[in-house]
Amino acid sequence: MDYSQFLVMKQELALLVVFLLVFLYDTFMPQRAGKALPVVSTVLLLLATAAGFCSHCLGSACAGEAFAGMYATSPVITAIKSILNIGAVIVLIQSMSWTGSEHMRVRRGEFYELLLVTLFGMYLMISARHFLLFVIGLECASLPLAAMVAFNKDRYESHEAAVKYILTAVFSSAVFMMGISFVYALGGSLYFHKLYAALAAGQHSLMLTLAIAFVIAGMGFKLSLVPFHLWTADVYQGAPTPVTSYLSVISKGSAAFAFMVILAQVFGSLYSSVWEWMLYALIILTITVGNLFAMRQTDMKRFLAFSSVSQAGYIMLGIIAFNTMGMAAMMYYILVYVFSNLAAFGVIGAIENATGKVDMADYRGLSKTNPRLAFSMMLAMFSLAGIPPFAGFFSKFFIFTGAINQGSIAIYVLVLIALINTIVSLYYYLLVVKAMYISPDEPAIAGFRSTCGERVGLWITVGGVILLGIVSCVYTWLLDISFFSTMASYFV
Amino acid sequence: MFSNILIWFVVIPLLMLAGLALCRDIKQIRAVAVAGSTALVALSVKLLVDYLAIRATGNTAPMLFTDSWSWFAPLNINLAVGVDGISVAMILLSAIIVFAGSFASWTIPQPKAFFLWLILLSTGVFGFFISIDLFTMFMFYEVALIPMYLLIGVWGSGRKEYSAMKLTLMLMGGSAFLMLGLIGIYYHSAPAGEPLTWNILEIVRNNSIGHGWQCFLFPMTFVGFGVLGAMFPFHTWSPDGHASAPTAVSMLHAGVLMKLGGYGCFRVAIYLMPHAANELAWIFLILTGISVVYGAFSACVQTDLKYINAYSSVSHCGLVLFAILMLNTTAMTGAIMQMLSHGLMTALFFALIGMIYGRTHTRDIRAMGGLMRIMPYLSVCYVIAGMASLGLPGLSGFVAEMTIFVGSFQHTDMFHRVFTIVACCSIVITAVYILRVVGKLLFGPVQDKHHLELTDATWWERFSTVTLIVCVAAIGCFPNFFSNLIKFTFSPDIFAVLGMN
Repeated sequence: MDYSQFLVMKQELALLVVFLLVFLYDTFMPQRAGKALPVVSTVLLLLATAAGFCSHCLGSACAGEAFAGMYATSPVITAIKSILNIGAVIVLIQSMSWTGSEHMRVRRGEFYELLLVTLFGMYLMISARHFLLFVIGLECASLPLAAMVAFNKDRYESHEAAVKYILTAVFSSAVFMMGISFVYALGGSLYFHKLYAALAAGQHSLMLTLAIAFVIAGMGFKLSLVPFHLWTADVYQGAPTPVTSYLSVISKGSAAFAFMVILAQVFGSLYSSVWEWMLYALIILTITVGNLFAMRQTDMKRFLAFSSVSQAGYIMLGIIAFNTMGMAAMMYYILVYVFSNLAAFGVIGAIENATGKVDMADYRGLSKTNPRLAFSMMLAMFSLAGIPPFAGFFSKFFIFTGAINQGSIAIYVLVLIALINTIVSLYYYLLVVKAMYISPDEPAIAGFRSTCGERVGLWITVGGVILLGIVSCVYTWLLDISFFSTMASYFV
Repeated sequence: MFSNILIWFVVIPLLMLAGLALCRDIKQIRAVAVAGSTALVALSVKLLVDYLAIRATGNTAPMLFTDSWSWFAPLNINLAVGVDGISVAMILLSAIIVFAGSFASWTIPQPKAFFLWLILLSTGVFGFFISIDLFTMFMFYEVALIPMYLLIGVWGSGRKEYSAMKLTLMLMGGSAFLMLGLIGIYYHSAPAGEPLTWNILEIVRNNSIGHGWQCFLFPMTFVGFGVLGAMFPFHTWSPDGHASAPTAVSMLHAGVLMKLGGYGCFRVAIYLMPHAANELAWIFLILTGISVVYGAFSACVQTDLKYINAYSSVSHCGLVLFAILMLNTTAMTGAIMQMLSHGLMTALFFALIGMIYGRTHTRDIRAMGGLMRIMPYLSVCYVIAGMASLGLPGLSGFVAEMTIFVGSFQHTDMFHRVFTIVACCSIVITAVYILRVVGKLLFGPVQDKHHLELTDATWWERFSTVTLIVCVAAIGCFPNFFSNLIKFTFSPDIFAVLGMN
């Protein structure tokens, strides 16, 4: 065996090193040094992220395959992994005060180890070009997350959420694997490129449609697309806030990209004949139902859960576009969504940590007592709603532009429905702004000083929300690397 | 980049925002607001002079001061700027109203946040008028809309939460259609094989939007902008929004923001898709005709001063869209005059209503009377505004409406004639509601003896109103100056190119 092919997996190796160092630190350092664990892990992951950005990893030199084509990497894949890394670093920064607290003393290490393992699993999902590796990645990303959801051992809701999450995760894996077994029966291989060739040459059959439906359903659970979204609100509400924010951005972003890889590189030839209309229905349902349910929520975490359901629908627009512009727009959307959603969760986490309140009614008059938190929250809401000059506007505009590039009348109708839905979403995002700025402030939360980690996290996310759109080089860069990616050859 | 005069219309408000963020007390805030808005007025006057000087040399390019800076290069999105006579007029109007609005909000509570949002709004407005790139235009358009939510929600009165939400959602709903329309235009902006563009001038030159697509995209963009232009049946945000907004916001919103709608309808919907405009204008003529008459009738039965003027705005802005849809030189010139006239006049109205309300604490005309004796200065100003509104010769309303109706009557077919006559009726109805208010409010018996102790206008209020009155009279007395300013955009050649009569 040629061991040098491991060197293609630079980012995985970097993450593995981080994991081992954190594990060793946690196991062998004395109790007193455990307090420094949050900082150590964050800095290590930050270094791994920075390494991903070094010129060698982003140039064409980083493209390559390993293990007889089971694993592939390219500039686009490096970029999406870097986006996930950035999100994970921000989550770690924001959660520092939570993991640093006294009751977390003995379990501090577990949180970081589990988180790094799930990130590793997501890397494998994104890079897999063989269903075996993909499923390993999928399980590796799902099962430790259930443990993370159950992290607040003394809270009943946390347990309930974990049970719900593990059951749906396992069930969706089962559905997904059922789909894969059908595909295997039809194509005779688990390699993506062999399946592509076999499916493109073969007959359309009911079994193939079923196979694709199962695969979409399985991934739909991960992405919480309607009607596979039912776990989302309960899990988001029950899980500790840092875990919720991790679930809502990193887990979702990686699943979206992996989903696109499967649809393009395995089922790409069946775009217009089989799965295009399935996605139409899913997107319309996801955006609309997510929005309608979000309007009625009063708990901030449930509210953001349904908001993230509808955001997943917008991310899917980049997949259904089925062209390089859509792919670049989707990656950009995920990046912007990471920053906007983490800004919102940063504020929620800070308030929850200081006062234990998570209800929208508690946010009344926040602009008077905690103007900076309220301002950050407002920018996050504006960005999620797609208001210029914040990044969310640009990401929405580009994902719509990418989708319409596909050119059919149906896509115009779909985009129009999505656009009308942005108005509905604007309504509930403005409800938060209204609570903070306009509503009478009788039960206002008293002013408090948020912890250092929370403040740094908010500075980073708010900075991203303001700059990511106006500074055009981010999107331009993503578009450039998308044009030269191997994915581009799969699009019609 | 900064050698181009136009970019300063965005840079100055941005500098003002930075300055306001550093301010510590009310005096500094006022200083920044006054200095900035004065600079904007000075700059827009300089722009006007420069523009006329270049035109005097015989330059007939459609846009002057054009410049373009690449932004998102792969999508060909540029920060492209350029102005013609209409944009110059609109920029001047906006600068004057921002200036008057700053004085009208001299004593607003929480001044720092208020001015921050107000200046953000005007950044959007100026950016919209200088842009000739559809993407940046749309971005500035939305930047101008969202501050309204907080301006009305926080500083408003009455049912402010409801009104603010209704206004924001309806306007953003319009921009949803608009966004689809603009992206559609982009994908048909150039013949196959050539690079696509967002630049308005290039799209007109390419002239490559097919007939079927025009008929699909024209309603999208026209409705999108028409919502902001208070087109029936999408006008319902306007009365509630105006009634709840604080004074300066009402001024800016009715005076400038609603003009974005009319300007956009012309600049994007009609300019880029002339064939569809020729074919589908009748649908929107019916809708805007309804706006004109319905708005005027509604104003007659209102008892709240702000509601009266809000419905009057629906009627007058409806007339702008109505005239634009006539698609001929005279009527379109009238439409631009009407935009200027209505902008100044409504700003004056809302400023006066704000000042009266600040003293009497009521806007119900049944609860007030005899104000001419109590506050003669404000009352005289109110009469002047009213006269401008009902079209007294010598003031701005007369020239604008006269030009519009003369232009509309140039169409010889029955449909246009009937609708012109119906719209003409609105002048009479306007006279009814204006004179009713003037008679009741200013000359009727004093309703509340506490009102007798009220004072007349302060110096900053006088300053604000005089500025606006001078401008209203200027348009009324020198209409030729303004029609010359905009004639290059509406020259018969251009209409021939657009394929219109």
